[in-house]
Amino acid sequence: MEVKFQLNGKPAAADIEPDCMLLDLLRDMRCYSVKRGCDTTNCGLCTVLVNGKPSLSCAMPAARAEGKEIITLEGLQEEAVVFGRFLAKEGAEQCGYCSPGFIMNVIAMMRELKDPSIEEIKEYLAGNLCRCSGYEGQMRAIRNYMKEKGAQ
Amino acid sequence: MTMEEIELVTIANYLRPESLSDAYKLNQKKTNRVLGGMMWLRLCSPRIQNAIDLSGLDLDYIKETEEAFEIGAMCSLRSLETHPELEAYFCGAIKESVRHIVGVQFRNQATVGGSIYGRFGFSDVLTCLLALDTEVVLVHAGKMTLAEFADRKRDRDILEKIIIKKDGRRVAYLSQRATKTDFPVAACAVSKKEDIWYVSVGARPAKAELAVIHGQPADTLAEKAVADMKFGSNMRGSAEYREAVAKVLVRRAANAVLEES
Repeated sequence: MEVKFQLNGKPAAADIEPDCMLLDLLRDMRCYSVKRGCDTTNCGLCTVLVNGKPSLSCAMPAARAEGKEIITLEGLQEEAVVFGRFLAKEGAEQCGYCSPGFIMNVIAMMRELKDPSIEEIKEYLAGNLCRCSGYEGQMRAIRNYMKEKGAQ
Repeated sequence: MTMEEIELVTIANYLRPESLSDAYKLNQKKTNRVLGGMMWLRLCSPRIQNAIDLSGLDLDYIKETEEAFEIGAMCSLRSLETHPELEAYFCGAIKESVRHIVGVQFRNQATVGGSIYGRFGFSDVLTCLLALDTEVVLVHAGKMTLAEFADRKRDRDILEKIIIKKDGRRVAYLSQRATKTDFPVAACAVSKKEDIWYVSVGARPAKAELAVIHGQPADTLAEKAVADMKFGSNMRGSAEYREAVAKVLVRRAANAVLEES
């Protein structure tokens, strides 16, 4: 079956199997930031924005992308690079495998919540797992990032 | 469960019916399945001949009227969580019942219809809505109370929407989890209208059950509410532990309801 959607701001179309999940389609379309961690809808690694909302591409049938706007980390390079620097500065990136999904959800959070508290940040990001760290570096990075954004 | 043990869903055809009656007709075949958010179904390894996607049928809504909130089957759990009027009217209980479920991304996809129709033992949503004056509307069987629906034999009907009446009852929701984002070990919703208590206890680990109790003082409510409920054991906790936790949660929720009043 055919599916047509916007991918990172450009029209995209693909011929897919009915049980193809969006994650596999996006990787076929060379969006290699989108990765499979748990595949059981728990780790947040496969996070993409679907019509602006952070979503787990491992569990979304690719057919449901029809007519939607899909954004992956490849489409948010500018914001991702800026926040990535804050992450690196705090030593929050260790193996780095979870970073693309984490950065996607941080960007979604910054767009959705205005000046979130620490508790709100933790709740928003609870669906992004990191198995190297204890999240302290990530939290410092977010606080510093927010501080700089607020200062601008 | 390891990834090697999980066999994911297979779908031979993906259909987008143009009406609920067409969807109902398609769903009468055992090998066909209605898709909710696909968060749980995908992991249950069914082989689906025709997947029936309702997302083109305008069922993603929350409508407020004078008497009730009507919520379409394809409304996401995140929409329930962030709806200001729902939060204000039900004292934040509905928000509390969903905000611990996995993560924001998951709740953007999981649907109210899937959560309720599945009548899952772990369902926070079912537990919460049972303690409110909630009805479900099914395409074939029509309207019935959520409690009736929860007890009903599984068939091949389709859930169109739920209706939560604005009957003025105060409500509180509490759950305990062994770890953040996990299924609850025990969950409860307590509401009160005049001198009637409605106590719903879920994750026993069987599906939520409702006790309706007249005129009981709050301090002895918990004992009475769980007296006829059966608790079971699984990897998250023993029956005894669950029952003990449930009583504490009911007592705290009842006190919260009294404070709200």
